[in-house]
Amino acid sequence: MASYIGSATSRIDGRAKVTGEARYAGEFNVPGLVHGYVVESAIPKGRVVGIDTSGALEVDGVIDVLTHRNRPPMADNDDAYKDEVATEKGSPYRPLYDDRILFGGQPLALVLAEDWESARVAASRVRIEYQKEPHVTDLHAQRDTAFAINTPEKPRGDAAKAFASAAVRHAAEYFIPTEHHNPMELFASTAIWDDGRLTVYDKTQGVQNVQQYLCGVFKMKPDAVRVMSPYMGGGFGAGLRPQYQVVLAVLGARALKRPVRVMLTRAQMYALGYRPATIERLALGANSGGTLDAMTHEAIAVTSQFEEFARNDVGWGNLLYKSPNAKFEHKLVKLDVPTSCDMRAPGAATGVYALECAMDELAVALKTDPVQLRLQCYSDRNQGEDIPYTSKQLRECYRQGAAAFGWDKRKAEPRSMRDGSELVGWGMASGVWEALQMPATVRIVLTANGHAEVATAASDIGTGTYTIMAQVAADMLGLPIDNISVKLGDSTLPQCPLEGGSWIASSVCNAIANTARAVRGDLLKLAKGMKDSPLADASVDEVALMDGKIVSKRDASRAVPIASAMHSGNAERITREEANKVAEDKSHARNVHSAVFAEVKVDEELGVIRVTRVVNAVAAGRILNLKTAHSQVMGGVVWGIGMALHEETLFDHRFGRVMNANIAEYHVPVNADVHDIEVIFVEEPDEIVNPLGIKGLGEIGIVGVAAAIANAVYHATGKRVRDLPITLDKVVQFN
Amino acid sequence: MTPFQYARANDVADAIKQIATDPSAKFIAGGTNLIDLIKYDVEGPTRLIDISHLPLRSVEPTSAGGVLIGAMVPNTDLAYHPMIEQRYPLLARAIMSGASQQLRNMASTGGNLVQRTRCFYFYDTTTPCNKREPGSGCSAIDGVNRINAILGTSEACIATHPSDMCVALAALEATVHVAGPAGTRTIALADFHRLPGNTPQRDTNLEPDEIITAIELPPQGFSANYSYLKIRDRLSYAFALVSVAAALELDGDTIKDARLALGGVAHKPWRSSAAETVLRGERANASAFARAADILLHGAKGYGHNNFKIGLARRAIMRTLAQAARGTPQSNSDKKIR
Ligand SMILES: Cc1cc2nc3c(=O)[nH]c(=O)nc-3n(C[C@H](O)[C@H](O)[C@H](O)COP(=O)(O)OP(=O)(O)OC[C@H]3O[C@@H](n4cnc5c(N)ncnc54)[C@H](O)[C@@H]3O)c2cc1C
Ligand code: SF4
Repeated sequence: MASYIGSATSRIDGRAKVTGEARYAGEFNVPGLVHGYVVESAIPKGRVVGIDTSGALEVDGVIDVLTHRNRPPMADNDDAYKDEVATEKGSPYRPLYDDRILFGGQPLALVLAEDWESARVAASRVRIEYQKEPHVTDLHAQRDTAFAINTPEKPRGDAAKAFASAAVRHAAEYFIPTEHHNPMELFASTAIWDDGRLTVYDKTQGVQNVQQYLCGVFKMKPDAVRVMSPYMGGGFGAGLRPQYQVVLAVLGARALKRPVRVMLTRAQMYALGYRPATIERLALGANSGGTLDAMTHEAIAVTSQFEEFARNDVGWGNLLYKSPNAKFEHKLVKLDVPTSCDMRAPGAATGVYALECAMDELAVALKTDPVQLRLQCYSDRNQGEDIPYTSKQLRECYRQGAAAFGWDKRKAEPRSMRDGSELVGWGMASGVWEALQMPATVRIVLTANGHAEVATAASDIGTGTYTIMAQVAADMLGLPIDNISVKLGDSTLPQCPLEGGSWIASSVCNAIANTARAVRGDLLKLAKGMKDSPLADASVDEVALMDGKIVSKRDASRAVPIASAMHSGNAERITREEANKVAEDKSHARNVHSAVFAEVKVDEELGVIRVTRVVNAVAAGRILNLKTAHSQVMGGVVWGIGMALHEETLFDHRFGRVMNANIAEYHVPVNADVHDIEVIFVEEPDEIVNPLGIKGLGEIGIVGVAAAIANAVYHATGKRVRDLPITLDKVVQFN
Repeated sequence: MTPFQYARANDVADAIKQIATDPSAKFIAGGTNLIDLIKYDVEGPTRLIDISHLPLRSVEPTSAGGVLIGAMVPNTDLAYHPMIEQRYPLLARAIMSGASQQLRNMASTGGNLVQRTRCFYFYDTTTPCNKREPGSGCSAIDGVNRINAILGTSEACIATHPSDMCVALAALEATVHVAGPAGTRTIALADFHRLPGNTPQRDTNLEPDEIITAIELPPQGFSANYSYLKIRDRLSYAFALVSVAAALELDGDTIKDARLALGGVAHKPWRSSAAETVLRGERANASAFARAADILLHGAKGYGHNNFKIGLARRAIMRTLAQAARGTPQSNSDKKIR
């Protein structure tokens, strides 16, 4: 039988998705469903001094309007609101808790009506009286208030001194504006209240996280709350923390003792988390031979006034480049905005963008080819910890990526390549992310008819988790993939962490392998119990499950059909639940890597930029599914194009409001912006990282892409744009 | 949001009667702009009169040698109509550079003319905006104004008219046929949209109880030497930062007649007869194009974020005229600028 692992298997949930059979959080219809519509704050900071809901209550179909004054009881301590992703310090935002306004777009009332349109009409009739307080929303204006947070990266040597005496120096600041995730599916929750029991369909990347959170907020027993999220129309980190609509839906359901659905509008989603605007400062000092002597990376990022959210922006250089002297600093600025949050490769998308632009500038200063410089500075060890990698095929990424791209034909001089009226630029960058595992448990139920159900509480956020789990289970159980059904997104299923950080594939698949081994053991026991069993002396690791049989690995002729073994033992089903083993071993660094090459063509007069080619060569351990893996990396590249050229949440700081809170004016790439994307998976066998050698692919696709494009724009035009997005007016001086 | 009643108009006369008797009623055609405005609470008609079924869907030759386009012809149908593709390719290209396929399928010819500005503040009812709430102030002048106007602005409003189609119609000197309680009349496209002045709340010279029935194109379609170039913040599906419609009638390389209109820079498609006059009789070359650009952009003023548009517009005008003169109009599918 063919091995499913590694093959380009189509999504097993594809049909359900294209036919509409797959249901999302806002699509679960229950009799008596009440619709909630959120009334948001028009100001970014202050207090609610009056709410007049009388106009809203007069609207036909309106049942009630909940505010902080009349809502059902909620917990009154920070701990209750701390979900798995909550920051250690700070007070998580409590939806509809009191009269305080902490950010623009904060929900202040929930209109509950028999239908959504009536709720929306009534929402516009809720009158709110504010007491405004002065607000701040501009990172640049507030950078003097930045305060340092503890970062795990320790300094080495004396970076400042080494920089001062370096033969070749480059120091500059880079800027990434606030960006929003804009998943296709709107955030929605449907809460069903049934006599003290709560069932919630939620858009989330972690059903058990939401379940535990709701138990805290509403002081409920774990077995009284069930959260489900079978499908998700894009998460990208926006759904890691429980979002406020789930609290509002539960508040509504408790108040009315009826099922309530709250669905946000696109505009309202701009008051959820976001990729924080970040100022990155790089100072690189090299000796004349072209290796690094000094590396300083500082970041100043946005968080809210009430939580200190930060991700590793500054430590990536420690993984990529050798430098005897290094210093890292991460600072935060508190603004009157929601707490920033994870967004595709949090920290790396921004930090590596700045690092890789700085390396490009250093290469220019050294008159060295950018790939060559990276090879000269290549680090085989994680320098922060001074440990080797479980595997690191980044050299091979550079080599294969450059070859596929045709990098050797690059002329070093900026503005030296053209195509008619367009300047041509070739740029490259490295990418790096983590290869993590988290504890996860998988249940397998094997029935005598040769069908298996594989279940865990993971969410498939669109990446293909259903499919890779079916592939791994099919191989491990020796069954055709059509005989495998996968159950996800239900908090009552076996424990599974949030779908984030690129750790689900490795965690869950290794758990499947362990569970399948336990099933195999049970089957072998049954087989041994058969009369004249050909497997009488075999041990569990001497047999494999193949083609519906338990087969001796030494002698394939010694085999027992699974069905016969189960029948003979009168076993209708075998149920097993096992976890993966998360290595405690700290002797190796665990990372994935990539090399990104981009070609841009820039109209010389008008500054219009086209990204005509991108090659992304990725080394990420074992690739489970070539098709979904390719899509995942391609999606990352497309997002990187957006990060480089389009994405920016525009604030009017006078009002403290987002002005382009819609996807007509918040630009992401459209088809016309996306041309050839070539994804290369560099072979990277890895027996240390985890038994199956899986590293995960969720984030790596975007890392380095914006830098490669920015570097290509420089190469094309000779103009270095250090603040994203690179719009045409930054490339050409028009006036 | 304001609840509304919905009624269909049986014919043009019925539509006029219905709108004349209810000052808070509005026509709805494709709904691609009006529905958004209702949802954002920017407009709150209490009655929608659906005119999308009116028999105004034909594209026909006129006795004068031009073409009459019914107001309900969807943007897509118009762009792909053989008569338009062959005789008025400038109009076809302009339409195809706007919005998305789905929106163009829904959007009507009449609705495209009356669509409202995309100024961010106009859509955000928590901020002051003279166009939405006369007298409240203009937030864009000192605000996020990358997409706002540089020409024909006033202290009250610096909004643009966002249409691409209208820029081509302006260059082609179309006329708008309207009908109202007092009968029918025609309005030159150049006079259809207004400048903001101190009444930015009024976008057009159409009376509230009038309906657009058709657009008429004169015979001259400039099908040999034309181009529509749209510069925007991504390569498709974004409103113009600057767009240029250029049409030339050439005799060898001498310009006999010229039309030039800008989009994305003013409260209306921006034309100047002086800029076109200066081209007539000249050789079609860069210096002539530069002179025309300077005249067309005379008095342009930036408001901060949109300062760059002045220089961008100048270069875009020159480029578009060059494309038109060469007979290599900008393609919509190939995003390389020719
Ligand atoms: C996301 C997005 C992107 C877009 N991008 C572009 C773009 O790049 N370029 C571009 O040009 N356009 C763009 N558009 C705008 C689109 O072209 C207009 O919304 C459309 O043309 C309006 O036509 P409609 O028939 O849908 O008008 P409706 O929404 O039905 O009506 C708009 C207005 O016109 C009035 N009206 C309609 N028909 C008549 C009539 N016959 N007589 C009198 N009044 C009438 C209505 O009362 C209403 O006030 C975009 C729109 C969206 C939503
Ligand atoms: S430019 Fe016009 S539409 Fe925009 S805020 Fe000012 S008045 Fe309103």
